[in-house]
Amino acid sequence: MKELALMKGNEAIAEAAIRAGVDGYFGYPITPQSEVMEYLMLQKPEERTGMVVLQAESEVASINMVYGAAGTGKKVMTSSSSPGISLMQEGISYIAGAELPCLIVNVVRGGPGLGTIQPSQADYFQSVKGGGHGDYKLIVLAPASVQEMADFVDLGFELAFKYRNPTLILSDGLIGQMMEKVELPPQKERTTEFDQSWTTTGKTPDRERNIITSLNLDPDLQYEHNLKLQEKYRSMEEDVKFEKFECDDAEFLLVAYGSSARICQKVVDIARSRGKKIGLLRPITLFPFPTAELAKMARRVKTMMAVEMSAGQMVEDVRLAVNGKVPVHHFGTLGGRIHSPEDVLQAVEEKFIGGF
Amino acid sequence: MDIKEIIREENKVYSRTPLMVDTTLSYCPGCGHGTIHRLIMEVVEEMGIQSDTIGVAPVGCAVIAYDFMDVDFTQAAHGRAPALATGIKRLWPEKYVFTYQGDGDLAAIGTAETIHACNRGENISIFFVNNGIYGMTGGQMAPTTLDGMKSSTSPYGRNSETMGPPYKITEMVAQLPGTYYVARHSVHKPGSVRKAKKAIRQAFENQKLNKGVSLIEFVSNCNSGWKMTPNDANKWMEENMFSFYPMGDIKVEGKLVESKK
Repeated sequence: MKELALMKGNEAIAEAAIRAGVDGYFGYPITPQSEVMEYLMLQKPEERTGMVVLQAESEVASINMVYGAAGTGKKVMTSSSSPGISLMQEGISYIAGAELPCLIVNVVRGGPGLGTIQPSQADYFQSVKGGGHGDYKLIVLAPASVQEMADFVDLGFELAFKYRNPTLILSDGLIGQMMEKVELPPQKERTTEFDQSWTTTGKTPDRERNIITSLNLDPDLQYEHNLKLQEKYRSMEEDVKFEKFECDDAEFLLVAYGSSARICQKVVDIARSRGKKIGLLRPITLFPFPTAELAKMARRVKTMMAVEMSAGQMVEDVRLAVNGKVPVHHFGTLGGRIHSPEDVLQAVEEKFIGGF
Repeated sequence: MDIKEIIREENKVYSRTPLMVDTTLSYCPGCGHGTIHRLIMEVVEEMGIQSDTIGVAPVGCAVIAYDFMDVDFTQAAHGRAPALATGIKRLWPEKYVFTYQGDGDLAAIGTAETIHACNRGENISIFFVNNGIYGMTGGQMAPTTLDGMKSSTSPYGRNSETMGPPYKITEMVAQLPGTYYVARHSVHKPGSVRKAKKAIRQAFENQKLNKGVSLIEFVSNCNSGWKMTPNDANKWMEENMFSFYPMGDIKVEGKLVESKK
């Protein structure tokens, strides 16, 4: 039987974490994601599954608690919002360099600096291009509903362990705070078997000691390590995920993720009712990015427009994907404002005069 | 007498613990790190806990401590070792978890992680090597550098007026309810090595009690950074460091030692 609930996106993340059999959550309060840890604490997950939840002294500490625990092969996660995620970048770089699986949730708010507590999508670059120092990538999932906030916890860990790489759920204050119906996933058991080839669970006589590190003082070794990482990032392409709405006969393509994709679905509905041949491609993984699919779409549509709550970040990846085949416009809003379907429609009309 | 007559089991007074990896240490000749590594591994061997021990290495001279100690290890970001150890210990409460950190790592960039891990009473052992200087980066001033002491970033001597005075984080964390055992030792003489080893053993034994942090500070030399011969460095340490960083127990079984109150 389906288990349905009406929840905030942040609560759905927390409930899904308990149900995914997560071993540990380490966090620090920040608006608009504080409900994640509040919900966890209220639920007494130590009684439900034995999951450890700890409020750290800072985001710097919480990501490093994740780093230590992830090295032991346990399922561990943290969540925060933009300024807190900025503080975590050092730890994320280490975790990526040391090739550890973990889940990080960013419920994005407007920046730069302390910015605002309202939703934004201006952390795209930070999420998909690295964020911290060095050549590394995160697996980035972009939920567009409360249901996906719940579903992507398990998916995020599945991908994290498949590639031994951190996964980031790139949400925003809108999805984190809004309430929707959500079908809760079934309760999973916590893992009791750990891959002895790399986890720091104590050196037994039958194996060499395991060392979790991102350090190679020998540049040739670090070069080889980087090549291996790049090869791994390329191989992630097989897990690229996207969704298409009304794309079959579309002459004009909107490209949007997360909250903006929800808004663009409405835009497509309205434009279609007016006889406009418009479609939407929603990247679900922002890294790996649906580059090949966009290149394919570029042969079929006349124009594209990236819609995002930023000054224009994902649009750069869309342009790289279509490689000049069709014009790629951008429509965005900034600093915590949410665009309405009418705002986007107006931009569509302006950019596509003659295009329809 | 033939050498073969001497090399006999009954004549053996000392042997290297197999838990010290058979390789050349990266530390400068005369440095205390190698001795402290060895003592920790001897204790792990004697307690028979190698398969249950996880170390956390710092950023600093001991960054590759995992090359020398034959236990599972994670190498932390600068100053964050107590946070990593917290994450490990909370999920593996039955394991023995220790951090190995220098003074720049623990008392400057990692101050928050140190104080909060101590305040929460994480059931871990913290081994803190204080040589009053940033060794690996080339001898810069540390939070522990003595007043008037020369370093590459205080070439005319530390001026406490403008640079702030050195501070004793070990005495600070001893005030917190989360610390169970806090002591300061050195490893520059056979007698001090024996005392230091007893303290390390106590720090590991305490993890069985689940009563909080055991923190052992080792006042050590940095003859390269101090620009002295090893012997002169040890002498200088005794004459200058020990008066500011006095040896001995600071907190035992959760109670401050009377003279340290």
